[in-house]
Amino acid sequence: MTDFQDLESTPRKQTPLKFIIGGIVIVGGILYLIISSLSANVQYFLTVDEVVTKSRAGELEGRNIRVSGAVVGDTIQYDIDTLELSFTIAHVPADNQLLDEEGGLAQALHNAVLDTSRSRLDVVYNGPVPDLLQDESQAILTGQILSSGVFKADEILLKCPTKYEGSVPEQMGLEGE
Amino acid sequence: MAAEIGFGALFITLIFAVYGIGAAIYGENIKDRAWIKSAQQAMMLIFPVLTISVGSLLFLLATDHFEVVYVADVSSRSMPLYLKLTALWGGQSGSLLFWSWLLAGFGFAVTLKKWDRDRDLLPWVIVVNLVTLVFFLILNIFYENPFIRYWQDASGILTSFGQPSGALPIFPQNGAGLNPYLRHPGMIIHPPMQYLGFVGFIIPFSYAIGTLITRRTDDRWIQISRGWTLWAWLFLSLGLILGARWAYDVLGWGGYWGWDPVENSALMPWLSGTAYLHAVLIHEKRGMFKDWSMVLIVITYLLVIFGTFITRSGLLSSVHSFAQSKIGWVFLGFIILTILLTVALLNSRWKTLKSPHIVQNLFSREALIIISVVLFLGLLVTVFWGVLFPMISELATGQKVTVGPPFYERVAAPIFGGLLILMVICPLAVWSYVSFKHLGKLLWKPFLVSLVGIVLPLAGGLTRLPAVIAFWLVAFVLAVNGFEFARRIKVRRKKEGESWWTSLTRVFRRNQRSYSAMIIHVGVVLMALGIIGIEFFQTETQGTLAEGQSINLASYTMTYEDLDIFLTEDAREVARAVVSVNKDGKMLDALYPRRDYYFESGQPVTIPGVRSTLVDDFYVILVDWKEVTAEGATFKIYHNPLVKWLWIGAWVFILGVITATWPPKKTAVRGLKAG
Repeated sequence: MTDFQDLESTPRKQTPLKFIIGGIVIVGGILYLIISSLSANVQYFLTVDEVVTKSRAGELEGRNIRVSGAVVGDTIQYDIDTLELSFTIAHVPADNQLLDEEGGLAQALHNAVLDTSRSRLDVVYNGPVPDLLQDESQAILTGQILSSGVFKADEILLKCPTKYEGSVPEQMGLEGE
Repeated sequence: MAAEIGFGALFITLIFAVYGIGAAIYGENIKDRAWIKSAQQAMMLIFPVLTISVGSLLFLLATDHFEVVYVADVSSRSMPLYLKLTALWGGQSGSLLFWSWLLAGFGFAVTLKKWDRDRDLLPWVIVVNLVTLVFFLILNIFYENPFIRYWQDASGILTSFGQPSGALPIFPQNGAGLNPYLRHPGMIIHPPMQYLGFVGFIIPFSYAIGTLITRRTDDRWIQISRGWTLWAWLFLSLGLILGARWAYDVLGWGGYWGWDPVENSALMPWLSGTAYLHAVLIHEKRGMFKDWSMVLIVITYLLVIFGTFITRSGLLSSVHSFAQSKIGWVFLGFIILTILLTVALLNSRWKTLKSPHIVQNLFSREALIIISVVLFLGLLVTVFWGVLFPMISELATGQKVTVGPPFYERVAAPIFGGLLILMVICPLAVWSYVSFKHLGKLLWKPFLVSLVGIVLPLAGGLTRLPAVIAFWLVAFVLAVNGFEFARRIKVRRKKEGESWWTSLTRVFRRNQRSYSAMIIHVGVVLMALGIIGIEFFQTETQGTLAEGQSINLASYTMTYEDLDIFLTEDAREVARAVVSVNKDGKMLDALYPRRDYYFESGQPVTIPGVRSTLVDDFYVILVDWKEVTAEGATFKIYHNPLVKWLWIGAWVFILGVITATWPPKKTAVRGLKAG
């Protein structure tokens, strides 16, 4: 390679304008990308209670949301021909203090499934049954509320807090279409 | 007994470490070599003592001591010995102990080196290493003790290290066993690689801090810590690659990267570390941007701690669960303290980092490298903001939000594109000055060759513009690197009259660093090829088949042949399907997608059957089955074009990093003459 290394530049005090402009363009472009993409891709993380009240008020129409609840084992149904999975989740408080009052997440999930007075949400999902889908596991669902009031999940993340606290990465679950 | 020895050793290590810090600072203050020597010896003793502690935990794991809570949590009788041993990093407290042990090992190795020329840095290197170590030891001793045991008294089962009054020890017969998902070779090696990478970056950071404190203005700290930095980078890269591979092999959604906070926390130090490695090049060659390399290594250190922090403190599930996590506040305190100290230090030494030179030419190598550094930082800010935004939002509004993969993909894709463009120009640019004419002369031939990258996809019926651009950039980078390498060999051959092979190896050996960089960049580009393939062209289908029935995807036909259900010795029930993959009426392969049910943990694990070629992957998941196999089984199938190039590129990348770390042969004298 031609070597210009010895060609010492005469020291100048100020950075030329073109670099300042170039820098601003690059940094500005990245910031614009971040800000515009963020506002388009933020999802609300709601409890079952919040989903039920807000969807009645029509606040959630067409919005991509995330909801977390306890899987009610008896309601899990799977249609092997269409790969349509349906189940119901029960309300679990999101607040840690409330969770602690119930005796921890595992106990809260257990209570939620037994207590039929809590609000519940029917879920449909198209795809394989996730490995961790079982009674009293915590489901974190991403999707939309349909006009029928059923939650159409695009993605299911599941946690079984009793056994593997903290050791399972978040992406453990299945991404649907 | 082993638990007592292990905990005792841990405690002794803490005492040594605290002593080492004190001795180093005191010795430096009164300029007494003997004190510093003593600090050095303390640092060297820490590694063997901590090894005793790790050894005790390994012994407890290997010999099924389920009365120890940690052992009961991560191990079980049916696990093979290698899994019992690797369960050392299968849970929180064990991984923290393992982390400390690796750090102590690096510290040990650093103190072993000859310090003659850099004696003034030694006390500060010791202090930085030991302060970090003390922090992790405190976590291990006071908050996450892996040696805690089970006890029982009238009120029930207790856990504590010492015997509570009125309680008796109990001895559970078996443990819960390592999470089945983590029993994969990729996941067994992944954490040590990740930790080695994390810990490795502490060494260059400690040299940087030493340099700042002692007001040295040379780049000696970069030279001495170069090897450490590259090794750290190598391990961190390996950790990321193994993690991605594990996700692809085990998680069963046909993907490899989900942008979840755990992954992001490992990616962030890698991004800043990569930016640092690039900035350092200009620092060494041109004496410019000293401030950048300093700031970048400080950021990398902070991100290493931050990464360990957010994965270990419960911050991820909720800001509020953080408030209750035992170690959250300790971590936060340490991070804030480190930020304050390093910012104050940088501020007071800022003048020593100024360079008389400035970048003058937009196409000079230093300008291009700085742009790449800015792009890496852009990625870093993106990921950092994506991780942080939900926490800030929850604190500010009380409303929990999440930021999903689409956010990251939208921002990262153009930045990756920018980096690819830089990789086209950079190998051809020279330091300080370059003219358009010169650049154009070198670029036109590779440009013509790179058109293949447009013509081929278009001929293949590809219509998506971003994909065409991406393929073209990939071809362009490969062509530029190929031409440049061939050109340099030709120049040398003309001059020396050697054979092709001798020229090739000599050229390589003479400028190992620059060619290693070339290999690394080619690896990155091949990875890009795989990523483009899977991101743009993945297709999928699903269906329930009776025995002998088929389903089509892409140009393949898959036929369900058989299903077996059997028990294994390590307490699994395996349901394994046999499917054949056919193309144009010819059978190519038999695949065995299966689902393992682990009795101890009551957890099933889905393992896909994959046929992988250079062109595409055929990826089959067994979703469900009927007891009588003739009735049918359900499959989900993915077709992932080009994804194998992601793994091939990754190994090329690693090869490049290895050749970069390889000590150069002592041909410097000959090289000078020849040059």
